[in-house]
Amino acid sequence: MKIHEYQAKDIFAGAGIPVPEGKVATTTAEVVEIAETFGKPVMVKAQVHVGGRGKAGGIKYAENVEAARVWSQKILGMDLRGLKVNTVLITEALDILTEAYVGIVIDRASKAPVIMVSPAGGIDIEEVAAKTPEKIFKLAVDPIYGLRSYQARDLASKLYKDIKLVRQAANIIMKLYDIYWKIDASLVEINPLITTPDGKVIALDAKINIDDNGLFRQKDIEAMRDIESEEPSEVEAREGDLSFVKLSGNIGCCVNGAGLAMATMDLVKHYGGDPANFLDIGGSSNPQKVLTAMRIILRDPNVRAILINIFGGITRCDDVANGIILATEELKPEIPIVVRLTGTNEAEAKKILKSTNLEYGDTLDDVVKKAIKLADLEYAEAGRN
Amino acid sequence: MSILINKKTKLIVQGITGRDGSFHAEQMKKYGTNVVGGVTPGKGGTKVKGIPVFNTVAEAVKKTKANTSVIYVPPAFAVDAVYEAVDAGISLVVCITEGVPANDMLKAYDYVKEKGARMVGPNCPGIISTDQSKVGIMPGNIVKKGPIGVVSRSGTLTYEAIWALTCAGMGQTTCIGIGGDQIIGTNFIDTLEMFEADRATKGVVMIGEIGGNDEEEAAKFIKKKMTKPVVGFIAGRMAPPGKRMGHAGAIISGGSGTAEDKIEALNKAGIPVAASPTELPTLMKEKFDQIKKAKATPRKKVAKKPVARGKKKTTAKKVKKAGKK
Repeated sequence: MKIHEYQAKDIFAGAGIPVPEGKVATTTAEVVEIAETFGKPVMVKAQVHVGGRGKAGGIKYAENVEAARVWSQKILGMDLRGLKVNTVLITEALDILTEAYVGIVIDRASKAPVIMVSPAGGIDIEEVAAKTPEKIFKLAVDPIYGLRSYQARDLASKLYKDIKLVRQAANIIMKLYDIYWKIDASLVEINPLITTPDGKVIALDAKINIDDNGLFRQKDIEAMRDIESEEPSEVEAREGDLSFVKLSGNIGCCVNGAGLAMATMDLVKHYGGDPANFLDIGGSSNPQKVLTAMRIILRDPNVRAILINIFGGITRCDDVANGIILATEELKPEIPIVVRLTGTNEAEAKKILKSTNLEYGDTLDDVVKKAIKLADLEYAEAGRN
Repeated sequence: MSILINKKTKLIVQGITGRDGSFHAEQMKKYGTNVVGGVTPGKGGTKVKGIPVFNTVAEAVKKTKANTSVIYVPPAFAVDAVYEAVDAGISLVVCITEGVPANDMLKAYDYVKEKGARMVGPNCPGIISTDQSKVGIMPGNIVKKGPIGVVSRSGTLTYEAIWALTCAGMGQTTCIGIGGDQIIGTNFIDTLEMFEADRATKGVVMIGEIGGNDEEEAAKFIKKKMTKPVVGFIAGRMAPPGKRMGHAGAIISGGSGTAEDKIEALNKAGIPVAASPTELPTLMKEKFDQIKKAKATPRKKVAKKPVARGKKKTTAKKVKKAGKK
């Protein structure tokens, strides 16, 4: 799960990491009021879950209240890489001497949280990493013993020469590491970490991603979820305990397991079709889950056929079959449904579906080809009507 | 022959009284796995499907001499179950549970390693060694005895690959799902190493998916260290971008983790990648044929046909004998 910059900065501030003064607003009137209280130049920053906000025009410097008003009118409601901006963060604009990068991320390879720092921070950090990797310094921290002060100091000394700045940065790195563990983060990032003319080190930006698997014990973080910034069908899917990603094709896919769901989509494409979504009903599926899945798929007006591909392991085919019956009775879909149920309790499932008039496919390739064919037929028919 | 589990595997089921635990305990037993006990705190002394239940893993190990454990407990308690298992002296822990916090796994990974044990998973379908033992949730009826090892990051996609092999008459030694999470106990390279050392395994099918760079690392390993043929499949060619973890994710992996990158890395290492799982047996057969040809050609040059045939027989016998040991 992602949280917004202003929420991440609240967490930073709570842990004692210095951040610029700031306030959030959802209307231009609020922005004007905040800018007036600041009484000095401010930054207007779009709060959306995408990277490269600055480059996309979502972050602007406002010399005075009037400029803040103009920029907020432009930014509030704008489309930033496919996401609508509902909230802006207004912060005091600070004088910047240097921009550094500090990030902590979980690393599969070293099986540790890895701290990365670079004196060349800012919007081009990825380019820095690709072109001049010697400017990125990494430390894999022992997850059991944690981060030592000297290690943080060592990293900080890669950023600054002045010991006063090194101490401040080391302190920030220690606190950032604590935050990482405390909130089940998978990423915490400060880019840029700036120095000001009066010798202060400040987190000008803040980015935090949370491990979804840790959310069950992070109620405060869960409460920060911005439902409005998410695709409604994806929210419904999550609440129904499904993974769903909307795509633009016309074949609705309902599969168990992320790998098989991806492979099914790949094959739809491979055989000349176009998947409408990624949908994983997960393991231990109960019939209700299938109903929710079908409801979400059917809501997409582009969908011309539904492909249900289940290879039962922990998912039992009879559960899914009962779900299909439930869904067809309740939702009365008017488009063709092609089903493949194989694996655990396959025979029971076939008995349950005996009296329905669904289409069946025996193999993965088979069911995919059939779905494409039926979707094309539907499409042609819709064209005739 | 097989890897990780075999006839000697003595299994306990942690979380045996749950819906999944009890169902799969029975399934494993039916397959022929030596399920010696189950563990659920507070349910000690009872039985599930005829399997004795203990309060703690330590007690179960003491009474049953179990060496392997499979975990079906809910995500909030799964990591603790891993610690309990290795502390009780279990040498192989297979964690089926999905949804375990990744940072918890970081610590558990180090701990398991320190204790000299091995963890498979979490968020995995488990292991099956054909006609010997099944630990996890894989449907037992899809496997068939034969020379292929299967390793996969996915669950259900593994079944698909196994089923394709079985339908093509290509049986398996051991099939293992290593899990789809970021932090897993056993990775591709660990498994490939074991398959390379296993005499019964003649070829390996490797199923990867987008994210991370384990497939790329495995490709390097295969090129350098493996003599047995490997064929692959990568899921997620169609996956929408955006699963990236900010800047840090891109920096840390040193690559984008896309399907294209992975397929390219595998191809470069001489590993053919199938467009559909159903193509895997064909690719494997082509690899076997290539090897046969390569083996046949130099021999012809060295000696006449009858001698070459005799030589072949002796080597085959030697292998068999060594295998029996």
